[in-house]
Amino acid sequence: MLELKGITQIFGGVTALKDVSFSVNQGEITGVIGPNGAGKTTLFNIATGIYSQTSGQVIFEGRDISGLPAERLARLGMVRTFQNIELFGKMTVLENVMVGLHSRSSSGLFACSFKMPWAVREEQRIRDEAHQWLQFVGIDDLAQLEANNLPFGRGRLLEIARAMACNPRMILMDEPAAGLNSQETLGLAELIRRIRDRGITVVLVEHDMELVMDICDRIVVLNLGQKLTEGTPREIQDNPEVIAAYLGDDD
Amino acid sequence: MKRELIKFMLFALCVLVAPLFFSGSYLMNVLVFVGIHTLLAVALNLLLGYAGQISLGHAAFFGLGAYGSGILTTTFSWNPWLAMVTVAVIVATMAFAIGFPILKLKGHYLAMATLGLGIIIFIVFNEWVDVTGGPSGFPGIPNLELGTLVFDSDLKNYYLVWSFVLGCVLLSVNLANSRIGRAFRAIHDAETAARVMGVNARLLKVQVFALSAMICAIAGSLYAHVMTFIAPPSFGFNISVELLTMVVIGGLGSIYGSFLGALLLTMLPEFLRFMHDYDIVFYGGLLMVMTIFMPGGLVRGIPELFRKLAGLKKGKGDAHA
Repeated sequence: MLELKGITQIFGGVTALKDVSFSVNQGEITGVIGPNGAGKTTLFNIATGIYSQTSGQVIFEGRDISGLPAERLARLGMVRTFQNIELFGKMTVLENVMVGLHSRSSSGLFACSFKMPWAVREEQRIRDEAHQWLQFVGIDDLAQLEANNLPFGRGRLLEIARAMACNPRMILMDEPAAGLNSQETLGLAELIRRIRDRGITVVLVEHDMELVMDICDRIVVLNLGQKLTEGTPREIQDNPEVIAAYLGDDD
Repeated sequence: MKRELIKFMLFALCVLVAPLFFSGSYLMNVLVFVGIHTLLAVALNLLLGYAGQISLGHAAFFGLGAYGSGILTTTFSWNPWLAMVTVAVIVATMAFAIGFPILKLKGHYLAMATLGLGIIIFIVFNEWVDVTGGPSGFPGIPNLELGTLVFDSDLKNYYLVWSFVLGCVLLSVNLANSRIGRAFRAIHDAETAARVMGVNARLLKVQVFALSAMICAIAGSLYAHVMTFIAPPSFGFNISVELLTMVVIGGLGSIYGSFLGALLLTMLPEFLRFMHDYDIVFYGGLLMVMTIFMPGGLVRGIPELFRKLAGLKKGKGDAHA
């Protein structure tokens, strides 16, 4: 479904990623792990059109999406969440999710100004569907709260609801468990499974090993900007190279 | 949605009945300018308060509207209404074309670019003497007419200008509460996240810039026909800054706030006349105090003030009891 081919990214003189290739299968949860500075977030930013890579290709559903701007990817069915939650802080929780439906609605500047009947109908549809996604993540009771006032864990759920509102076929999550307590992490694991069960492919970058080993179908390990290995959680756990990368080599 | 409608109805009612109190006084004339300033402030607020993009050159679009209408109707004897529409479309198109390169800039750089744009256009008004009349101004612009009705008195101009204001406020409020308005605010709060959600930030910024310029151009046309005489100083840098002040003092991201800002900043100099040369000191001081104590602008500050006063009264009452 998503294929990264020979991705290399050089910032100034620093090689952040060197010839990284792997593919993500449809309907699976794929985890990308690695020690700090391994290039996980850089890889995410390339896959989602925030950066453009120095070389290499990103293929999404058979189509080369390298260099496409972020707003085009949402329309193609790829959406992401951020490591440091990026909410629209001064808007309400509901409005945040309603922005998620932007790519799936079409009333223009003039139709909206003049409240044309189709724009009013569309607005109602957007509102109803946004409530459904808030219910999906379980924060519909907070719909009218300003997003800035949300506790961190709820903010993360809102970000996921907003991403789901785009009706994506693939969702990429950058450290979804960062800053969550163990209770919230359990809820998150359950939520990610429910997303996968709707047929949506999930890719996550994560530090929380317990979560990754628990929910991922496949894991890709990065170290120092290169792919170390990939496999099922069991294979990764037993891989001596991975253990060495995390704990340091003995020699 | 219902609440928005009630707010608008109240606003429209106030606009309709205001002449009953001020008719015949020179304040009627000031209220015409409050109307024109409200149009300009709402236009700038859509850009700055909603989409979060600054412009320090908005007086230029106001001037283009005024000179466009003035020249077409006077030098070329066009129908004023046709001229107004034509100029609005041309200015919007121009802003659209300029918007693509300059709205790539952010923050201070965008402020500088729009400042430059404003200054260049101001220089054209001032120096292209054959067409604009240069520093001595452009006289003899006809009043607007509608059938046999000629808009030649303060009262008539009041209703003319304020019907445009009401239309503009209604459409802007609708826009602000729609998917497009939400997309503007999303760009303002977190542009990257908005783009990831499929919001075409680049195009929307240019669209709101063009829309904002178009409203300013219409305000300019009205100004030209109301005044019948225009000169470059009405469209200079200080006017752009004054507009910015109205928007900020009124309340960023609030359409009615822009009205309050325009009302205060247009009326205040009239009420400070008795202070003669010291009025500007008081004026500046008041603006400073307001930005310190009402950072959300009048539209949020005034209700806050009332709540505090009510709380204070209640507190006192409790003490007595």
